[in-house]
Formats: sequence, structure tokens, C-alpha cells
Amino acid sequence: MTNATEESAIKQEPRGRSRLSRILDSDIMHSFLRSKITILSAVVTLLFLIGAALAPWIAPHNPFDLASISILDARLPPIGMEYSDPNYLLGTDDQGRDVFSGILYGARISIAVGFLSVFFAAIVGVLLGLIAGYVGGKVDAVIMRVAEVQLTFPAILIALLVDGVARAVFGNLDRERFAFWILVFSIALSFWVQFARTVRGSTLVERNKEYVQAARLIGIPPFLIMIRHVLPNVIGPVLVIATINLGLAIITEATLSFLGVGIPPTQPSLGTLVRIGNDFLFSGEWWIAMFPGCALAVLVLAVNLLGDWLRDALNPKLR
Amino acid sequence: MLAFTIRRLLQAILVMLVVALISFTLFRFVGDPVNQMVGVETTPEQREALRELLGLNDPILVQFGRFITKAAQFDFGTSYQFRQPVAELIGRRLPATLELSFVSAVFALLVGIPMGVYTGLHRDSVLSKLFLSISLIGISLPTFFIGILLIFVFAVTLQWLPSFGRGEVVQLGWWSTGLLTWSGIKALILPAITLGLFQMTLIMRLVRSEMLEVIRTDYIKFARARGLRQRSINFRHALKNTLVPVITITGLQLGSIIAFAIITETVFQWPGMGLLFLQSVQNVDIPIMAAYLMLIAFLFVTINLIVDLLYFRVDPRLRVERAAH
Repeated sequence: MTNATEESAIKQEPRGRSRLSRILDSDIMHSFLRSKITILSAVVTLLFLIGAALAPWIAPHNPFDLASISILDARLPPIGMEYSDPNYLLGTDDQGRDVFSGILYGARISIAVGFLSVFFAAIVGVLLGLIAGYVGGKVDAVIMRVAEVQLTFPAILIALLVDGVARAVFGNLDRERFAFWILVFSIALSFWVQFARTVRGSTLVERNKEYVQAARLIGIPPFLIMIRHVLPNVIGPVLVIATINLGLAIITEATLSFLGVGIPPTQPSLGTLVRIGNDFLFSGEWWIAMFPGCALAVLVLAVNLLGDWLRDALNPKLR
Repeated sequence: MLAFTIRRLLQAILVMLVVALISFTLFRFVGDPVNQMVGVETTPEQREALRELLGLNDPILVQFGRFITKAAQFDFGTSYQFRQPVAELIGRRLPATLELSFVSAVFALLVGIPMGVYTGLHRDSVLSKLFLSISLIGISLPTFFIGILLIFVFAVTLQWLPSFGRGEVVQLGWWSTGLLTWSGIKALILPAITLGLFQMTLIMRLVRSEMLEVIRTDYIKFARARGLRQRSINFRHALKNTLVPVITITGLQLGSIIAFAIITETVFQWPGMGLLFLQSVQNVDIPIMAAYLMLIAFLFVTINLIVDLLYFRVDPRLRVERAAH
């Protein structure tokens, strides 16, 4: 009895340890640690995530608390310039809101829209791709034709159309209330195609393999085969596409907000902040637009670099 | 070749029909067209008469048929906000957008291809690494922010170039061009760079990776062994074979250039159809939205068709493969 427990303890001990060490010792981890740029972009992305998540606690001011902002503080330049106020690191906008705090709160919305829209796009795309690849025939033809038609239109155009329809359906006031979800929906709608095409491609390969045939033979229903057996084998590339699309989704959100059809100025995202600041570019208050714009650019650049690295690291041809 | 052309043509028509259906649905079911056209004081009888007159009481299929017939003649009715025919409004704005798109595509090709060839041939030079870093930043920066940066540097700080509008335009029949006046050309520079930058980096990366692959092939080695001059190998033999994907991508990108013009036109207040479309989205001007959607779809489908056929002509392997089947 004691022998048995000891044996199982011995067996379990390396297993428990190996999970961590397996991650630390994997090819991916090695290639991660080899590339300084990747580490840097991971750190930057992480900083943005933390800053966005903790914005209400770490932001020096609350730009949405009307009681705490004063019009007397409006248009103060960033510190280091003449007339600046040490309270406002990156200056203030036309209503006296702190630009730095605005960026933290704005990044929160930008990142949330980015993550949610990619998440929904991935779910819809992966499901449709699985079904198209596994079922084949007419279902496949219909799904892929729809995907092709949609692929001929750029994401931004589809999102604009969805927004126009939403305005007509909800009216302008209600639209502002739902702006966040309309935006998530329209970006997700324009991003699912790439997921579906990739997953369909790998499902076509997987479905003829022996383990799928075996599962079919013992009578597992097709839906369970797709989810439990095929899905884990086709999910790798999805991760890469998701990372690359995250950068794209954040850009799309910012662009729509900049065009004035995204997040309204009452709860600004990074794109909305640039839109607000754009009006003051000519009167010399460059910091109102430039700092949020730069924050956006750095965030997207870091996410894109991570995506590039992940694609190369998961591609066995390049190892 | 003929069978291929016909099949692609049928596909193109199918896509156009689908888009027409979406446009029609927008037009007919999103908001009430009658409500948009009349005032508050219109009586229900008058409304009903207008409905009858516009044919809104006919069967849906008949209405759809009429919509397509009219769309084929580019008749999309009257804009809700401007009270003018949509075709006229778009027609007046079309030259501005097409000129901007064309110039930025030319810019992207003329700068992107040489940069791609250079970075492909000199992989490890400092200049190549600089080009590649710039291209990565070019892809990560949102178009609108590039525009704002350019305005800030060249229009606000240096005051070299105008930041908005088209400058002076010359009327050539119904086409208005800014390419013939000095102020028109100056006004075009910043928007064209903004719009073309993304395409430029894309073309550069594409040419680079194709060059890297082609240069390793046997026929390039053979050309070198024959003692041909390096310049002739690079441009006559190598570059020529990289051009197939470049043609495809440029062709496909031409469509998205026209769509992305919406952003550039907003930043620079360029009086093109993208700006018109954005205004129509903000004011729920459905006829303009529907017309713009159809026009863009038509441009996309036509460009895709031409690219496919060009592909067929440029790459002999495709023809051989089809013949073998």
C-alpha cells in the first residue's frame, strides 16, 4: 500500500513539474527569448493591458467626472513646455481633461472593442469553417460563396454600412447608447471570413484522417466529432490569425471612431480622442491629437510584432 | 480561355446580383422611403398616392426587378438630404476620388517596386533594414493618423503644402481635374501619399519576398553563368517573374484604395465620393448609400475580373494546366 502511494507520488511528481518546465523548455519559449523585439512588444502590450484594465485606479484624473475638471485648466501643454502644469503630464484638452488619463480610459475601450470583436469573429468563423469543411457539399458551397462575396469588400466599408443601418433602425440617440456593441458587431462581421477559410482548409485535411473515421465508426454524432476531435487539431492557425486581426480590429475601431461613426465623444476611445484633437491641430495644440495617436500606433505596432513572431514560431517550415 | 472567361463573368454577375439585393433591402426596408420624401403635414391620402406612384405597393419581386433595371442605368432616385438626383451628386464627385486613387496607386508602384527589388537583392544592407522597419511602421499606423502627421509636419509646421481641399480645378467637359494647375497638384501630394503608403509597403514586401525566391532558382544561376550583366538579370529575368503576384495584388488593392479614400478624403476634406458617402451614413441618406455600395461593388467586380484574366495571360503555366485537363 505504502509502496503503491510512493510509486504514484514518484510518477506524479515529474508530471506536475514537467508542465511548467515543458512550457519553459518549448521551442516557442526559446524563440520568444531569442528575439529582443518580441520581448519588448510583449512588455509594451502587457503594459497597455494593465494600464487599460486598471485605468480607474491608476489614472491621475477621472476625465469623465465633470466635478473634477475645470475649464480653467483647458489646453494646457504637456510638461516641459511653457505654461504647463505638473499635474497634467501630457497636457489637457479643450475642456480641461487630462490627456494622459484620457489615453488610459480610451485604450480601455479600444482594447475591449478589439478583443470582443476578434473573439466573436473567431467563434463564428471557426464554427462556419468547421461545418463547411466537415459537411462539405452544398453547405460548404453556400458558406464559401458568401465568404467570397464579403471578401471583395474592405472591412471598413462593411462596418460603415452596418453603422448606417443601425442609425436608421435605432435613431441617432439610441445608437449612441449601443455604439459599443454596434461597433463590436460590425467589426466581427467583417473579420469572420479569414477564420472560416483557414479552418475549412485544415478541416478538409483532418476529416479524412483515421482518428476521425474511427470516431465516426463508433457512432459519435458529427457535431461532437467536429468540436472534440477536429477542432483541437485545427485551432493552431486560428490563434495566429486572431493575434494579427487584433491589431487590425483596433485600427478599424479607431478609424471608425475617427470618422465619427464609432464610439461617441462622451466615452471616447483612442480614435475618438484623435478626432477631438484634430480640430486643435491648426491652433497649435498638437498634443491633444498626437499623444492618443502615438499611443494607438505603439499599441498596434506591438500587437502586430507579436502576431508576426507567433506566425513564424508556429510555422514548422521556418524552424 | 473562353470557358474560363464565361465562368468568371457569371460569377461576377452573381456577386452583383447579391449586392443589388442588399442595396435594395436597404433602400426598401430600412426606414420608410415615403416618410423621407414628404413633410409632416402630408395627409395619409397623399402618402398613399405617392406610394402608388413610386410603385411601393407592387409585389416585391417586381420592385426588385425595377430597382435592378434602374440601377443598370445608374438611376438611384433622389438624395434625402440634398434633394438632388443621386447620379448627379456622385458624378460630380467621382473625378476627385478617381484622380486621387490613381495618383496614389502610381506612387505606390513607382516607389514600392524599386524598394522591394533593392531589399530583395541586398538583404543585409543597412538601407534594407531601414526600409523594412519603415514598412512595418507604415502597416501599423492607421491611415488617418498618417494623414494627421503629414498635415502637422508639412501644412501646420512647415506650411509647404495645403492641408485641405483640391486647390484650383479645371473643367474638361464633365470631368474636373486638379492635375493641370499648380495649386491642384500641390493639394494632391499629401492625400496621395497618405492613401498610397499602405499599398506601397505591401508592394515592397511582396516584391521583396518574390525576389528572394526567384533569385535562388536555376534559371537565374544559369543566366549568371552565361555571363549576362547583373542589371539585366535583375530586371529582365528576376523582376519579370515577380510581377504576376504584384499585378494581382495591385489590381485587388485598387478597389480597396477607392474604399480607403473615404478616410483620406475625411482627413483632408477632399471633395470626393468617399466624403459624400460618409455624410450619407451619418445622415441616413439611404439612396446615396445604396448607390455607392453598387458603384464600389461594380468597380471591385470589374477589377477582379480583369485581374483574373490578366493572370491568365501573364502566367503561361495556368494555360498549360487548364489545357492538360
